Parts: sequence; structure tokens; C-alpha cells
Amino acid sequence: MSKEALFSKKNRKLISDPLNDNNPITVQVLGVCSALAITVQLKPAIVMALSVLAVLSVANVIISLLRKLIPSRIRIIVQLMVIAALVILVDEVLEAYVYDVSKELSVFVGLIITNCIIMGRLEAFGMANGPWKSFLDGLGNAFGYGWILIVVAFFRELLGSGTLYGYPVFEKLGLYNYGYENNGMMILPPMALITVGILIWIQRTKNTKLIESK
Amino acid sequence: MEELANIFIKSIFIDNMVFAYFLGMCSYLAVSKTVKTSIGLGFAVIFVLGITVPLNYLIENYLLKEGALSWLSDEFISIDLSFLSFIMFIAVIASMVQLVEMIIEKFSPALYNSLGIFLPLIAVNCAILGGSLFMQENDYSNITEASVYGIGSGVGWFLAIVALGSIREKIRYSNVPPALRGLGITYIITGLMGIAFMSFMGIKL
Repeated sequence: MSKEALFSKKNRKLISDPLNDNNPITVQVLGVCSALAITVQLKPAIVMALSVLAVLSVANVIISLLRKLIPSRIRIIVQLMVIAALVILVDEVLEAYVYDVSKELSVFVGLIITNCIIMGRLEAFGMANGPWKSFLDGLGNAFGYGWILIVVAFFRELLGSGTLYGYPVFEKLGLYNYGYENNGMMILPPMALITVGILIWIQRTKNTKLIESK
Repeated sequence: MEELANIFIKSIFIDNMVFAYFLGMCSYLAVSKTVKTSIGLGFAVIFVLGITVPLNYLIENYLLKEGALSWLSDEFISIDLSFLSFIMFIAVIASMVQLVEMIIEKFSPALYNSLGIFLPLIAVNCAILGGSLFMQENDYSNITEASVYGIGSGVGWFLAIVALGSIREKIRYSNVPPALRGLGITYIITGLMGIAFMSFMGIKL
């Protein structure tokens, strides 16, 4: 272990950076596919965010421990095998403790294997840094991924089906009596893209250093 | 022949990987900055899909499916290994991608450098795994159909990324709000293209 303190400023930056300045979805463009597929409702989005958190942080540590042993020619296969093994573990845990959610999510848990956020971080960070830093990097990126997922799912569920976490908000508020209609468009996948686009717009208006030059 | 042409057209336009299923988004959004890199990655995807889908078809039908091992001996007729399909497919894909990476590095270092991290990411491009999984789902009757499907969906992906690459080259001359420049507007364009492509949905060939 280096002499650096466990939570030095540099290490804390590893967690805070991906939340905003270096967000996986809005800046690094990683893990977009799953962000589109599972944000129709809040519940799968939250479970997905937690699963990615577990897989990403552990995989980053394992790859970082193995990084000097892996020949670079076959690194992709090694990385994928580590990820696939972890995903199967997560799948089993979900099945054992939250069976109904796991039934609902079954395909998407498998899709964590092909979630490029995990490969991307292993390739860009785990392969080059020590285990503790990799762990923090994994946590940070998973949080950055998670909050975008949850925000997008919040708006899509609220506007698309008028519920939040399955709770019929608009119905309880009585909005339908005034002729309000759910926006069926929000459930379609293209609207996830547009929602993320608008999120990026807001984020970059606040955080002007992210604006891309022409 | 007619059947093959149907599968080909269907996999390009109606079941387009990008617009109908939103697969392979990460590299699609990040590499489409210019037409040139789009074409490079597009060809890589066609190549990898064209190889992995038939390969996985063979694995699925002669190793994994229930009763698939019956060519070995009658004892194996009841064995069903399909729970292994995820890992087998991913292993085939990862090794093929590594091969493609080596070939591109050898023959076109310029392309290799411009693709950067996204070349290894083809392995986790969900379009590639998606191709194999849809192949499994569609249950093609022979390997020619599976190959045509693989190449067709690769061409569909290629078209999508080249179209977006061209739009992004043109959009540089227009007045986009500063905060939307680059990535933001790309997300929104892709969303609009997706809505347009929905008009192909439900067409039966």
C-alpha cells in the first residue's frame, strides 16, 4: 500500500468526479444501452443500479489485483469471464432474496455482462491502478450511472404511466378527472434518449466546463 | 432464395439493431463523430457479427440445445446445456473481437488509433451479443439463414452509424445551443431517428 491516506483528496475525487464532471452516461458515453432499456419504471432501475454497483466495484478490484498477470492479448476474455462470473453470482443472490424482482429483471441482469460501463472502467482504470483506487473508481462510476438511471426512470414512469415505484400518484391526485392523459410516448425507447439528451443539456448549462468546443 | 432476401431486408430495416432494439448504443454514440471512423467501426461490426452469429448457431445447435448432442451418441439425447449459452456466446465473441483487434492493428494502425478504447468495446457491444441471442430466439432452420441474419443486422448497424456520422458532420455548421453541442444533440438526434424508424415496425415481408 502506498503512503497515501485512504481518503486523501485525490481518492475522494475518484468518487466525486463520476457523479458530475466525468459521469459515465452523460460524459464518457458508457452503459447507455441498459440505461435505455430499463428506465421505463423506477423499481428495475434501482435494482439495476445496485447490481451494477456490486459487479463494477468487485470486478474492478479483481482485475486490478490480476493486472500484472494478464497478458494484454487475451485481456478482454479474462475481463469478460470475471464479469460473467460476478453477474451469475448477482443473479443467484437476487433470485434467492428478491425473487419477484429477479423474475422481472432476468434478461437485464444477464445484460450487465455486456454493459460497456464495466468493461470500459476495467480497461481504462482497473488495468492501470491499485486495488483500493480501483474500488473507489468502481463505486464512483456506479453511483454516477445510478443517479442518471434513477432520474430518467423517475420522469419516464411519472409522465409515461402516472405512477412512482408502482404507486399511482396522478390517480391519487385526481389529475385524470381534469382530463389529464398519460404520455404514452414516454414509454417508448426513443424518449429515453431524448430525456438523457435534455439531462445533458441541463447538466452542461450548470457545469459550463463540460461544453464541447465546436 | 426469396426467404434469404426476406431475412436480409428484415434484419436491416425492420429489426434494425440500433433503432428497433437500441442495442450497441455506447460505441454508436461515441465513435460517430466523423463519417470515416463510423465506416471503420461499422465494417468491424459487420465482420464480427457475420462470423459470430453462424459460429454461435453451430454451437447452439450441435452442443447446447436440448437433444443437440444426439450426433455423439443416443445416450446424450436428453442433455440440455442451454443454460451455458450466455457464457459460450460471450467467449466466442470475445475471442473473435481479439482477433479483429489484432488484424486491424496490423493492417491499419491509423484506424486502430482512431477507434481507441472502442475496439475492445465491440466485445461488449450489446448488438453483437444481441445478434446471437436473437438468432437463438428466431430459430433459423439452417446455417445460411443464420449467416445472412448476422450480416444483415451488421449492415443495419453500419447504416445507422454512418447516417448519424453524416448528420454530425453537417450539424457542426449549424447553431446548436452551447450546452447541447456534441453529445447532447447526438442523443436527441438518435431519439428522433428512432421515432422515424418506428414507421418500419409491423411491416411483414
